[in-house]
Amino acid sequence: MRIYGEEHPNQQILSRIATNDGHGENSSYFDGWKAYEKDPFHLTDNPTGVIQMGLAENQLSLDLIRDWMKKNPQASICTEEGVSEFKAIANFQDYHGLPAFRKAIAQFMEKVRGGRARFDPDRIVMSGGATGAQETIAFCLADPGEAFLIPTPYYPGFDRDFRWRTGVQLLPIHCHSSNKFKITQAALETAYRKARNSHIRVKGILVTNPSNPLGTTMDRETLRTLVSFVNEKRMHLVCDEIFSGTVFDKPSYVSVSEVIEDDPYCDRDLIHIAYSLSKDLGVPGFRVGVIYSYNDAVVSCARKMSSFGLVSSQTQHLLASMLGDEEFTTSFLATSRTRLCGRRRVFTDGLKRVGIHCLDGNAGLFCWMDLRPLLKEATVEAELRLWRVIINDVKLNISPGSSFHCSEPGWFRVCFANMDDTAMKIALRRIESFVYRENDAAVQAKNKRRWDEALRLSLPRRRFEDPTIMTPHLMSPHSPLVQAAT
Amino acid sequence: MSPTPSKKSADADAAAAAATATQARSSATGLGGGGGGAGMRLIVPLQGVVQGRGGLVLGTLIPCALFYFLQFYLRRNRSPPPTSPQPPAANGPDLPGIVRSSSRNFLSARGSSGHAAVSSRAASIARSGDSPYFVGTKKCSEDPYHPVDNPDGVIQLGLAENRLSLDLIGDWLARNVTNTLLDERQGGLSISGLATYQPFDGLVELKMAVAEFMGQVMQGSVSFDPSQIIMTAGATPAIEILSFCLADAGNAFLVPSPYYPGYDRNIRWRAGIELIPVPCRSTDNFGLSIPALERAYNQAKMRGVKVRAVLFSNPSNPVGNLLHRETLRDLLDFVTEKGIHVIADEVFAGSTHGTEDFVSMAEVLNTDEFDRSRVHIVYGLSKDLSVPGFRIGLIYSFNEHVIAAASKLARFSSVSVPTQHLLISMLNDTKFITQYIKTNRERLRVMYALLVNGLKQLGVESVKSSGGFYCWTDMSKFMKSYSEKGELELWKEMLNVAKIHLTPGTACHCIEPGWFRLCFTTLTEKDVPVVLERIKRVVDNH
Repeated sequence: MRIYGEEHPNQQILSRIATNDGHGENSSYFDGWKAYEKDPFHLTDNPTGVIQMGLAENQLSLDLIRDWMKKNPQASICTEEGVSEFKAIANFQDYHGLPAFRKAIAQFMEKVRGGRARFDPDRIVMSGGATGAQETIAFCLADPGEAFLIPTPYYPGFDRDFRWRTGVQLLPIHCHSSNKFKITQAALETAYRKARNSHIRVKGILVTNPSNPLGTTMDRETLRTLVSFVNEKRMHLVCDEIFSGTVFDKPSYVSVSEVIEDDPYCDRDLIHIAYSLSKDLGVPGFRVGVIYSYNDAVVSCARKMSSFGLVSSQTQHLLASMLGDEEFTTSFLATSRTRLCGRRRVFTDGLKRVGIHCLDGNAGLFCWMDLRPLLKEATVEAELRLWRVIINDVKLNISPGSSFHCSEPGWFRVCFANMDDTAMKIALRRIESFVYRENDAAVQAKNKRRWDEALRLSLPRRRFEDPTIMTPHLMSPHSPLVQAAT
Repeated sequence: MSPTPSKKSADADAAAAAATATQARSSATGLGGGGGGAGMRLIVPLQGVVQGRGGLVLGTLIPCALFYFLQFYLRRNRSPPPTSPQPPAANGPDLPGIVRSSSRNFLSARGSSGHAAVSSRAASIARSGDSPYFVGTKKCSEDPYHPVDNPDGVIQLGLAENRLSLDLIGDWLARNVTNTLLDERQGGLSISGLATYQPFDGLVELKMAVAEFMGQVMQGSVSFDPSQIIMTAGATPAIEILSFCLADAGNAFLVPSPYYPGYDRNIRWRAGIELIPVPCRSTDNFGLSIPALERAYNQAKMRGVKVRAVLFSNPSNPVGNLLHRETLRDLLDFVTEKGIHVIADEVFAGSTHGTEDFVSMAEVLNTDEFDRSRVHIVYGLSKDLSVPGFRIGLIYSFNEHVIAAASKLARFSSVSVPTQHLLISMLNDTKFITQYIKTNRERLRVMYALLVNGLKQLGVESVKSSGGFYCWTDMSKFMKSYSEKGELELWKEMLNVAKIHLTPGTACHCIEPGWFRLCFTTLTEKDVPVVLERIKRVVDNH
């Protein structure tokens, strides 16, 4: 602990939480964000800037939300039509939330899961975004020093949301590319045993389904394994399902809520779901997170804690009418899925053309990109070196696998839903020319050894490669791909 | 330790919240069990000391070492304690047919207690549902008073919520309807400015508008710098975030009492900070006294508890009095001398109704040379703008490190962006805001006078106050016994006979029994006679 008061009499003594690095923003992984903030891409104002591909934001279907809001002005209160509701709404501060809001959320959650699971509005607890939901769950389920197991790679924000103020630990369950990062019984047992051997009390397992960063969904078998494992060991299972509405391809989505409805022996007190509208509806600015627990004690405790992150009643009112509009939600989900699917296809196809593969995915706002062939050696250092080149030279902010605690170097998470088609095209073009350059460099290195005297051979290539990479006129209609082909 | 019988293991499992206690208990039993053999071994060297043969060193060392190893052995074989007893196999999906006799026990225990593997933090709050506030509020929601529909219902006087001036805000909205939030012709917003990620600690425009509003509320005596503001979803998380920044679990804040009961939840619960009430007395009109602070500080120090801040509300909740400039200066001297922080909760700053002027902590800092970095203010729009549903609170700190940390913590409780935009446009209409503050004060004054004078005629005295939505009244002469019990009995009578929900002084950690807080801002002028008549019913019984 840093005690300011003793070293600098003018400084105030602050808490450990205020002075430690639990927020994670001092880690070197933030360099990508800093690079983006310093030099953000803009189609006309700054076409050579860094393109943000590190933010899992869903902007592909915001136009639908906008149109709905325009069509239903009374929902947002600040209109003539809505003002009549104002009195009740402005003063509404019951931490249960507006009944209509909870009902609409439960309905929406059912719809997202294809009606295969039922949700009770009385179990819906509000919180400030999924961030707040995760923290509240951690506060409710574990005491400082206790641990949750979490399959790697995992969303690095959990290190902050789940741990910072709660003092709870996260212990990795190592997953590997050999079986597409699936969670196995053996990996579970190993992680559990390791924790037991170090005398750490394991209170549960935290998983994301669909997975962030993998963009895959869990199969029924894996979920069953998890459910029976937590039942056997008497611990909790927290499923973060904030991407459940983004599943755009086969296999179809299986939520833990379906699995436990099929399993009469499951102790439901152990199952908790975190949900949010930030990803599925693309409205993170609304700060709506939800805890859905099957455990009465957790529901009642989390509800009391929700005072620390209540959703504005105006926003509740707005969303209650929006999500209550079944016709709208049906068409929104369908359109959003189609667009996400199309976008992912454009992106992965573009990558495939230059020989880059992604893990097969059917959900999420990102791809799990395999750049292992581009690593000089299979180490985290090599991964970070490559990452810095991509940020500084290729000007893309993507996230390295090591920031997700991935045990294999060379994987990167690339978000594709927070930009328009043009920006996506430019990003792809940058990746393509980068890969060509890397391959050329590799070929050159080989050639240089073999044809040391015949420098002429490699010169022409460099002549047309260099200007495309280095000039600020990336916006020019001819892509490096076209040039390379001609 | 030998394997415990299954009943005991279930017990250990169920009492996961008290894991440490369980551990302590079982090591104690372990010692007792091994008492025979260990006792003999301990006694032999001690005998040596007594008889002058073994020597002092051996006589001390051997028992200590033995005891140490015994503990070590016990700990090794027990840990981790609650996970070791495996649940009956009948629970597994593979063996549905086999049901052991013990599993029945196990299942029912689980069903009733919701499987206590929740955290001890959760368990502690689950037990606190029967406080007077919850009981009263529940009654109010089950049977709410309505002059026409339910004239015998319970009247809520326990909730500090202002309904006196909501019509003004409603009118503003009706007048200034620039259609939807998305009206681009009116310079409105695009959807991506509304729905996407925005700074977690609040939009700059909102900070500027709120800083302006705060300046207006303080009648221009002080101006606020938007860069020192961190917006949060209500004052509740603002206080919690500040607490997390200023103290570690186990540290303490000094809080002049009676204080707002919500502090216990906001600060104690998750941040684990102790609140030490510093009693203020009716003889001083419940004013803050520095010697009392000093005493409480020294007592805490003697207990080995580190005091990290003084927290007070101004205008005070529940009393409603204002702190004088001199008191604030003395308080600053006190915290400077002790090297601790001071948190001023000024959420009622704009809701004053007396002739006295409100003096903000920021204003005192302006006029004098104090170390500003230890001063933090909590504010919000729930009270002064009567929009608690919108969840707008803020931290105003003079310490850059606190601002930096709080802006990161704000992500756990940030304000919805559409709501922020709605408020930006409202607050920027300074003419309306000036009128609103003035009218609201006037209405508060009328209601306060109406209620306090009415109470006086019934023989119920209140503290002379000039801020807040409530009056702080002395009903001690109607208690059967001058004690906490007497106060709660009177509170129950008020709830069940008079059908009025009040906040009893004990809930506010008031040291003198018999004081109650009555909020008058949820009433209309027509309701006041009804309230008075109902109180009279109880008062006349005594």
